[in-house]
Amino acid sequence: MAYDKFEILKSSAYPLPIDNVDTDQLIPARFLKATERKGFGDNLFRDWRYNSDGSAKSDFVLNDNKYSGKILVGGKNFGSGSSREHAAWAIYDFGFRCVISSEFADIFKNNCLNIGVLPVQVSDEFAKKIFAAIESDPKAEIEVNLPDQKVIILATGESESFPINGYKKGNMLNGFDDIDYLNNMKEEIKAFAETRLF
Amino acid sequence: MGNTLFDKVWDSHLVRKVNDGPDVIFIDRHLVHEVTSPVAFLGLKNRGISVMFPEKTFAVADHNTPTINQHLPVTNIESANQLDTLERNTNEFGISHWGLGHAKNGVVHVVAPENGVIVPGATVVCGDSHTSTHGAFGAIAFGIGTSEVEMVLASQNIMQAKPKKMRINVNGELSNSVTPKDVALYIISQLSTSGATGYFVEYAGDVFEKMTMEGRMTVCNLSIEMGARGGMIAPDQATFDYVQGKEFAPKGKDWDKAMEYWKTLKTDDDAVFDKELTFSASDIDPMITYGTNPGMGIGLTKDVPNVEDTKEGKETFGKSLEYMDFKEGESMIGKTIDYVFLGSCTNGRIEDFRAFASIIKGKKKADNVTAWLVPGSHIVEAQIKEEGILEILTDAGFELRQPGCSACLAMNDDKIPAGKYSVSTSNRNFEGRQGPGSRTLLASPLVAAAAAVTGKVTDPREI
Ligand code: SF4
Repeated sequence: MAYDKFEILKSSAYPLPIDNVDTDQLIPARFLKATERKGFGDNLFRDWRYNSDGSAKSDFVLNDNKYSGKILVGGKNFGSGSSREHAAWAIYDFGFRCVISSEFADIFKNNCLNIGVLPVQVSDEFAKKIFAAIESDPKAEIEVNLPDQKVIILATGESESFPINGYKKGNMLNGFDDIDYLNNMKEEIKAFAETRLF
Repeated sequence: MGNTLFDKVWDSHLVRKVNDGPDVIFIDRHLVHEVTSPVAFLGLKNRGISVMFPEKTFAVADHNTPTINQHLPVTNIESANQLDTLERNTNEFGISHWGLGHAKNGVVHVVAPENGVIVPGATVVCGDSHTSTHGAFGAIAFGIGTSEVEMVLASQNIMQAKPKKMRINVNGELSNSVTPKDVALYIISQLSTSGATGYFVEYAGDVFEKMTMEGRMTVCNLSIEMGARGGMIAPDQATFDYVQGKEFAPKGKDWDKAMEYWKTLKTDDDAVFDKELTFSASDIDPMITYGTNPGMGIGLTKDVPNVEDTKEGKETFGKSLEYMDFKEGESMIGKTIDYVFLGSCTNGRIEDFRAFASIIKGKKKADNVTAWLVPGSHIVEAQIKEEGILEILTDAGFELRQPGCSACLAMNDDKIPAGKYSVSTSNRNFEGRQGPGSRTLLASPLVAAAAAVTGKVTDPREI
């Protein structure tokens, strides 16, 4: 699934300082019934965003007009639980291109990278600084600079580097995915398969 | 320096190392189900590529399937569409499909081992996080996302950075009524739900050596709940005995050759782990969870902890207790419950039904309890009948449902209503996991059985 290239993103952000946000919250199981990748953004955080009668919960961050932007800043252990890529799709479809957290669950992080949402891992202290910046100005802009692997709070100039391996970085910068890579390895793979015992 | 079991299996599947990037790893067995595969198949079609090794992929319908009247058409239109889509896609790409009504149907992680699809030393993936179950066989097994499902269908390979390695040792004798589920919930409560993030775990020590394959599957299944990519246990005679003779297991000369290799699959004495933890079996009690992640577990007879005594952040902990309507310092014993769910890829195997039956035998289901007893597969269902367990269940006022994931994730009609409490043998107690507003207490089949006959949280040792 090809996606838009990611280089430098300057945007305000939505703060969600809750730990262990699991994939069942990101997208509850009852919304996993589609057979196409469409419409998941409406159900992002469905049960935190809407009451059971469908009305919006005004105190939930995504329903708060103060906030805007393409960045979601979450608490620790973001995206734990199920492997459902629908969670990452919902984030993308809602309009996010980047999630910042001090710790990501492994499968969720891979899913994000595979569909063009950049997971930016920062230290606990830097996460706190970002939350503080948004608290003092809900429109505070954050720069996520993939080529330099840096995240910068523009109002204060504070910044931190984030890790990403060179291969994945190249994919994100170019909008490539792993299938493009693996497709060029067919002969090597066939030869390897011959050697398998079972 | 020696190698770990994990290194041995991983390295033997390494097709290419990408410079400053992940490893390209060959996948021996790919399991597919109806929920996470449609978009992957669509992707293949859009790119105009075929499935590279269709015989290495096995498709099962389970997440969306009803657990009653499976002979009737599925009434939920979207679920029916997903089931049909799986059938169409597997036909089109030449993949075997154990759909609704098929003799081999059931929860994907129950049926794959049961039919010999899983063997030691294999790499196994599935678009489902509890793929970690299959580590019980000394396989490297982990959950993947839909893009990766497409990747494996297209190339039989996956690109993954090699995780760090952790060994968790549990030694000694487990006390009465302490089951593999309790061992796993105990470990998760000690590590928290992110304590093993970035690691692949090997379970070692005499507790796991003495465990049955069913028990090992329960433990490895729950590895993901502490954030681990997966967990594995070195194969031994119990493993080989379980696999031998199963339909898809190697036969004859192939078996002998495989056995020769499988016997080498253990961690070398001088191998080093990035992290090593050791627990004592005697510290483990029957467990129950009180909160909204599987790390929020305690010994059944203990009180709900104060926030200072947990690994949770204050806000997160408070939100969790509010959702459950529990208070710090409260006793879990005696809490009234409404539902009991026995089933799932964690505890839907024959041993789990035997354990449940051992408690409820000669008693009656409590009037305030709705019980959903859902076998993991038709094969388990048949065993339940053959062993006379069905009679015990029926005499006590219980009904047996048909196999599927059921209330584990509540994608079908088996939803726990808002505000109700369910003692569940499944694996996740997240908000709304078992239905919007549902409140889940994770526990073993023994604890679930004790709750089913008393209508409240009860110590199975007191029954
Ligand atoms: S039983 Fe539950 S955890 Fe297991 S595969 Fe089904 S939904 Fe997933």
